Amino acid sequence: MSADDQSERLHEAVRRACADAQPLLVAGSGSKRFLLDALVSDGAALLSVAEHVGVVDYRPDELVVTVRTGTPLHDLQGLLDANQQLLPFDPPRFEGGGTIGGAIASGLAGPARPWRGSVRDCLLGVELVNGVGERLRFGGQVMKNVAGYDVSRLQSGAFGSLGVLLTVSLRLLPKPAVERTCALELDAPTALARMRQWARQPLPLTGVGYQAGVLWARLAGSEPAVAAALAELGGEPVADGASWWDDLRDHTLPVFKGDAPLVRVIVPPSAPAPLEGSVVEWAGGLRWFAAEDAAHGQRLAAEAEAHGGYACGFDGRYARVEHSVMAEALRIQQRRIKHAFDPQDLFNRGLVEMDAD
Amino acid sequence: MSRSLALKALRAALPARCLITDPKGTKPYETDGLTALRQPPWLVVLPETEAQVRQVLLICAQHDVPVVARGAGTGLSGGARPVADGVVLGLSRLDQVLEVDLDNCVARVQPGVRNLAISEAVAHHGLYYAPDPSSQIACSIGGNVAENSGGVHCLKYGLTVHNVVGLRVLTVSGEVLELGGKTLDSPGYDLLALLCGSEGMLGIVTEVIVKLLPRPPASAVLLMAFDSAAAAAETVSQIIAQGLVPAGLEMMDQLATQAVEDFVHAGYPTEAAALLLCEVDGVPEEVASNVELVSRIAKEYGAIELRVAHEPHEQAAFWAGRKAAFPAAGRLAPDYYCMDGTIPRAALADVLGRIAGLADEYGLPVANVFHAGDGNLHPLILYDASVPGEMAKAEAIGGRILELCVAVGGTVTGEHGVGVEKLDQMCVQFSAQELDQFFRVKDSFDPNGTLNPGKAIPTLARCSEVGGMHVHGGELPFNNLDRF
Ligand SMILES: Cc1cc2nc3c(=O)[nH]c(=O)nc-3n(C[C@H](O)[C@H](O)[C@H](O)COP(=O)(O)OP(=O)(O)OC[C@H]3O[C@@H](n4cnc5c(N)ncnc54)[C@H](O)[C@@H]3O)c2cc1C
Repeated sequence: MSADDQSERLHEAVRRACADAQPLLVAGSGSKRFLLDALVSDGAALLSVAEHVGVVDYRPDELVVTVRTGTPLHDLQGLLDANQQLLPFDPPRFEGGGTIGGAIASGLAGPARPWRGSVRDCLLGVELVNGVGERLRFGGQVMKNVAGYDVSRLQSGAFGSLGVLLTVSLRLLPKPAVERTCALELDAPTALARMRQWARQPLPLTGVGYQAGVLWARLAGSEPAVAAALAELGGEPVADGASWWDDLRDHTLPVFKGDAPLVRVIVPPSAPAPLEGSVVEWAGGLRWFAAEDAAHGQRLAAEAEAHGGYACGFDGRYARVEHSVMAEALRIQQRRIKHAFDPQDLFNRGLVEMDAD
Repeated sequence: MSRSLALKALRAALPARCLITDPKGTKPYETDGLTALRQPPWLVVLPETEAQVRQVLLICAQHDVPVVARGAGTGLSGGARPVADGVVLGLSRLDQVLEVDLDNCVARVQPGVRNLAISEAVAHHGLYYAPDPSSQIACSIGGNVAENSGGVHCLKYGLTVHNVVGLRVLTVSGEVLELGGKTLDSPGYDLLALLCGSEGMLGIVTEVIVKLLPRPPASAVLLMAFDSAAAAAETVSQIIAQGLVPAGLEMMDQLATQAVEDFVHAGYPTEAAALLLCEVDGVPEEVASNVELVSRIAKEYGAIELRVAHEPHEQAAFWAGRKAAFPAAGRLAPDYYCMDGTIPRAALADVLGRIAGLADEYGLPVANVFHAGDGNLHPLILYDASVPGEMAKAEAIGGRILELCVAVGGTVTGEHGVGVEKLDQMCVQFSAQELDQFFRVKDSFDPNGTLNPGKAIPTLARCSEVGGMHVHGGELPFNNLDRF
C-alpha cells in the first residue's frame, strides 16, 4: 500500500467507530463543510479522506478515470486537461478547493448540467466502507452495467451519509474543439422564454444563464457547429466569456458573495417564478437568490413549490436528506435507506432524522 | 399464504376482465424473452388504473402472495418470468401518454406505453426519446426503467437512467413515492437512480417522466468492413480516442453478417470478418467533418471497404441489417442464447478472440453483434435444445463468457439485467458482503420479499453452492438474517 492509498486506514477507522458507536464527520478538504455544519452532531470525530489521493486507473481511450476520493479536484482536472478530456458535470470549486470525493458526495453540478448530465450520471462505480465497517465495491469502469442495484449512483448527493467513499470511477467527455460564449441583453421573462425556445432546438449548448439583464449562452463542439449556432442565436460574442461561466460555477459572482443568505431554487425550467432578481443557470432550472430577509426566503420557497419545485438555503442545512416538499412515505423510505447502509447512524449524524421513524 | 382468500379479494376489487385464471389464458405469460425458462403463473392480473395496481399490491401483501411485475415481456433475463403460486402484475393496459410538456421538454407517460410510441407521439414537434432498444416497437417504458435499458444510440445519449427525470412508484405497501420530476435536481437520496435497473424488486413504476430531445439536424452512417475482428475493434478504440463520441457504434462478426444478409439482404459485404456501423450526428458541417475523421481512422486501421449513407433511406438500409440481427441469428439454429456482458473497449479484440476459442472448445457456433462503442457484447450462442446436452453446453459457454467479462474488469450484464439467468454469475462479480448490502436495500423497500422473489440478487446459499463467491474470512456476514 502506497502512502497515497489510505484505504486500509480508513476502513480500520470505520470499523473501530462501529465497535465504539462513535459518530464520524466524514470530510475531504472541507470546502463544502459549510453545507452541513448546522447539522452534524457535536460528538462526531473527524474522519478525513484528504490524504487518500491519487489516480488508480486512467486510460484516456476508455473515457473513464478511477480515482481516490481525497484527490484534489484541481489535480484531477489538470490531468484530464492534459489529455483533452473533462469531467462532464462542471463541479464547483469553492475557494478554489475541493476533492473529487466531496464533489461526488455533494452532488453539485455546474452550468453544463442540462446538457452533459448530473453528477450521478457520470458515476460508474464506487468503492466504499459502509456503516457496518464493510469495504464494498459497486458498479465498475464500464458505461453499461445493470448487475445488482445501482448503489453507486445513490452515493451522489448523499453527503457521505451512506458510506465513506474510497474510490470512484467516472465517465469522462472529450474536450470540445472550441467553446464560445455570447450575450444578449433581455429582461428576465423574455430571456426565460428564449431559453425554453432554444431547448427545443438542436443547438450545441453547454450553458445558458442569466444575470441582471443579460442572457448568456455557451456553445461547444466543432468549429463549424459552434459558428452556425452562434449565428442562429444572435447576440454579441464575448471575448473572455469563459470567465463568466467560471464565476457562476465557482460561486464568485456578486450574488454568491454578499452577506445576504443565499437561496438555491430548483424549478421546472419553464417556471415563470420565482425569477426576478435571480441569477439563473441550467436554462431556467436553477435560480440563485440573495434573500433580503426571512420573509423573502419564505416567499421564494412558496413560489417554487407552487411551480413544482423547491427552495433550499445554501448554508449549513443544505445537506439534510429530508425536505419539507417530501411526502411522508418518501421521508420514511429515505430513512430506511440510511438504515440499510448505516444502521447506527455513524456517518454525518444529523443529515437524516433517524429517530422519527 | 391463502390463495383462495386472495383471489376472492382480487375479484371484488377488480373487474373480471382484469383477471386471467384459466391456464390457456395465462400461457403467454409463462415466460419473457428468455423463452427457454417457463413457469406457469397462478394468476395474471391486468389492472387498468393505478388505483387497481395499488389494490393488487395490498391484497397480495396481505395474503403473502408473490407479485411479479411485467411490461411487454421482452426482457432477456427472465426478470418477468412468473414465480410458482405468484401473481403476474401486467402493466400493459396502463398505456397512456398523459402529458407532453413542450416548455420543459418532457413527457409524462404510463408504464405500459411502448418505447417507440413516445417518440412517435412527439415526432411532429421535432423531439424524440433517445434510448432505443432494438425491441423498441414492443418493450414498455416501465420495463425499460426496471432494466435500465440501452440502445444503439446510448453511447452518446445515455441509458434509461440518463433520460428519465421522474418516476411515480408504488411500494409493496401501496404507498406512493414521487421521485424526481420535471426539475433537474431533487432533495435527498437519489432513489430514482436506484429504481432504474431494479428489475421490479423494489417497487412498481406507475408513471414515468422522460426527457425529450430535439432531433439532430443531420446525420450520416458509415459502414466499414474489416478482414479481422481485431482491426475492427482497434478502429472502435481509435474513434473514441480521437475525441469523437458517435451517436452509435455497432459491430457484427462474419457469422452475424451472413445471417443478416440471407435474411434481409441489406447489401452487407459478407466476405468481411467484421463490420462496423458508425452513426454521427449534429449540424451538417460537423457531420461532414466527423465522417471524414472516421473514414480516415478506418482506412488507417485496415478497412477493406467503406460506404457512407447520407440520405435517411440509405441510413435506414444500413441499420436494417443490424436491427434484424437477432431474428436473423434465430434462423441459423433452432435456438440461441443471447449474452450481455460489458467490457472495457481496450479488451474487445482479446475477448472476441477468446469467445471464438470457447465456441471451438464446446463445438457450438457463436455469432457476435453488439454495441461496440460502449463495450457491450451480445454473443449469440447457437444451439438446438432438442439435441440432448446442447442447452447445457450453451449455458456453460455463456457462463464462461460472463466470467471472462468480469475478469477483464467488466460486468455480467450491461443492459438485459440479471433476472433469473445470471444469478450464478452475480456470485462471481460480488462478494458475500456486497450481496448482503443489496439484500438490505431490498429489505428497506420490501421487507417480506413479496416483489419478484428469487430474481436479480442470488442468495448467499446459492452462491456457496456455485462456489464462485469469495467469502470474506470464511464466514458469511449477518448469519442471523433471513435470505430470500
Ligand atoms: C429482440 C430483442 C431485442 C432487444 N434489444 C435490446 C436492446 O437493444 N437494449 C436493451 O437494453 N434491451 C433489449 N432487449 C431486452 C428488453 O427488450 C428490455 O429489457 C426491455 O426494457 C424490457 O421491457 P418489457 O416491457 O418487455 O419488460 P418485461 O420483460 O415485461 O419486464 C422486465 C423487468 O421489468 C420489470 N417490470 C416491468 N414493468 C415494470 C413496472 N411498471 N414496474 C416495475 N417493474 C417492472 C419486470 O418485473 C422484469 O423484471 C431486447 C429484447 C428482445 C426480445
